[in-house]
Amino acid sequence: MIRRPMDAGLEQFRVPRGQVFIVPNRCKDCQFCMEFCPQDVLERSDDLNAKGYHYAVVAAGKEDSCVNCQFCNLVCPEFAIFSEEVTEVGSASH
Amino acid sequence: MAREMVADRHPTDLLLRSDRLPHIWCPGCGLGSVMSCYTDAVQASGIPVPLHVAVSGIGCTGRVAGYLSLDSFHTTHGRAIPYALGLKVANPELQVTVISGDGDLSAIGGNHLIHAARRNIDLTVICVNNFNYGMTGGQAGPTTPRGATTSTTPNGNYEEPFNLPHLLATAGAVYISRWTSLHVRQLRESMRVAIKKPGFSFVEVLSPCPVGFGKANDLGEGRDEMWFYRRRSIVDDNANLADVGLSMSEDEPIVLGNFVNRDRAPFRPAVEKWAIEEVLHGEA
Repeated sequence: MIRRPMDAGLEQFRVPRGQVFIVPNRCKDCQFCMEFCPQDVLERSDDLNAKGYHYAVVAAGKEDSCVNCQFCNLVCPEFAIFSEEVTEVGSASH
Repeated sequence: MAREMVADRHPTDLLLRSDRLPHIWCPGCGLGSVMSCYTDAVQASGIPVPLHVAVSGIGCTGRVAGYLSLDSFHTTHGRAIPYALGLKVANPELQVTVISGDGDLSAIGGNHLIHAARRNIDLTVICVNNFNYGMTGGQAGPTTPRGATTSTTPNGNYEEPFNLPHLLATAGAVYISRWTSLHVRQLRESMRVAIKKPGFSFVEVLSPCPVGFGKANDLGEGRDEMWFYRRRSIVDDNANLADVGLSMSEDEPIVLGNFVNRDRAPFRPAVEKWAIEEVLHGEA
C-alpha cells in the first residue's frame, strides 16, 4: 500500500465538535458516560435530580472538548444523554 | 460554547415508551445499553419499524419488550423462542428479535434454544448474560462461572457453566457473536448483521449486574464491572469456540468477537404435500 502525505488539503479535515444534552431526571448516576468518555468531558453534578441522584454534567473547562463521538449516547442505559454536532462558521479547529 | 444543555426528551424516544421511563433496572445495569444498541440497529436495518417485533421472556431482560414502542411480546418463562417462531411462521414478513436473559433462554428455555438453532429458524436472539438470576435474588444458573459466589452457592459454584457460543455453533446457528455492554459500537454492528442474517442468529451480551452478581463477588459497582470487562476482554473473531468459556479467574481472558457467520437454508414450514417435496428435493 502506498501512503500519500495528507498535507495537501489538510484544511478540509476537521475534528467535529459536539454539544452535550442531558435529561437530568432520567440519570441514575451509574457513571458509565463519565468513566468511558474518550475526552473526559463529563463529571457528576453538585445538584441532585428528582430521584436523588447526581446526574452527569459537562466538567468546567471541557466546554469545547466534546467531539460528538456518540459513545455516551449508546452506552447510557437510561436514555439520559446525547450529543449533536455543532457546525460553527469560520472555526479553524483541527 | 455552553456547557451541557438540558433536554426533556432523547432522540431514541421515538422507539421507546418514554412515559415508562426511568425504567426499573438498577443503576449500573447494562440492560439499558443493550436496548440502546438494539434501537439503533432497528433504525439502521432499513426494514420499516412496523415490521420489527421484539419478544422477551421473564426476568429483568424480559422487561425490554415493555419499554419498546415496537410490536412487542412479553411471554411466559423460557418460551420466548416458541412465541417468536409462531410469529415468524404466521407472518414471514416480520423481523422477529428475541431479547431475553441467560436464565430464561438457556435454563428454562434451553431446549427451545438448541432446537431453534438446529432447525435454523429465521430469528435473531439477543441473550443478555449477567451470570445469575438477577430478578429473583441472585441465584446460580447454568451460566454462572465456576467458583462464583451467589445466594445459592455461598461457598462458590462448583458446576461447569454453559459456553453459549460453542453450544449454539454445535446446534447449528448461522451467526454467533459475543460482546459486552461496554463494547457498544461492536455490539451495534453485530446486531445490524444479525438482524439482516437469514437463519438463526445469536448475539450474547455480557452485562454487569451489580446488585445480583457483582455484590456477591466483590466486583463493585456497575462501572467497576465495566472496567473488569475492559481489562479482561480480548477480541478474536477466529477463536476456537471450545475455548471461549467464561471463568472468574483474572488470568483468563474474556474472548469476544463475531465468531460465526455461515450460510445454511433457514427453516421453512412445509404444510402441504407439494411443499414437503419442495423442501426435501429443492425447488423444481
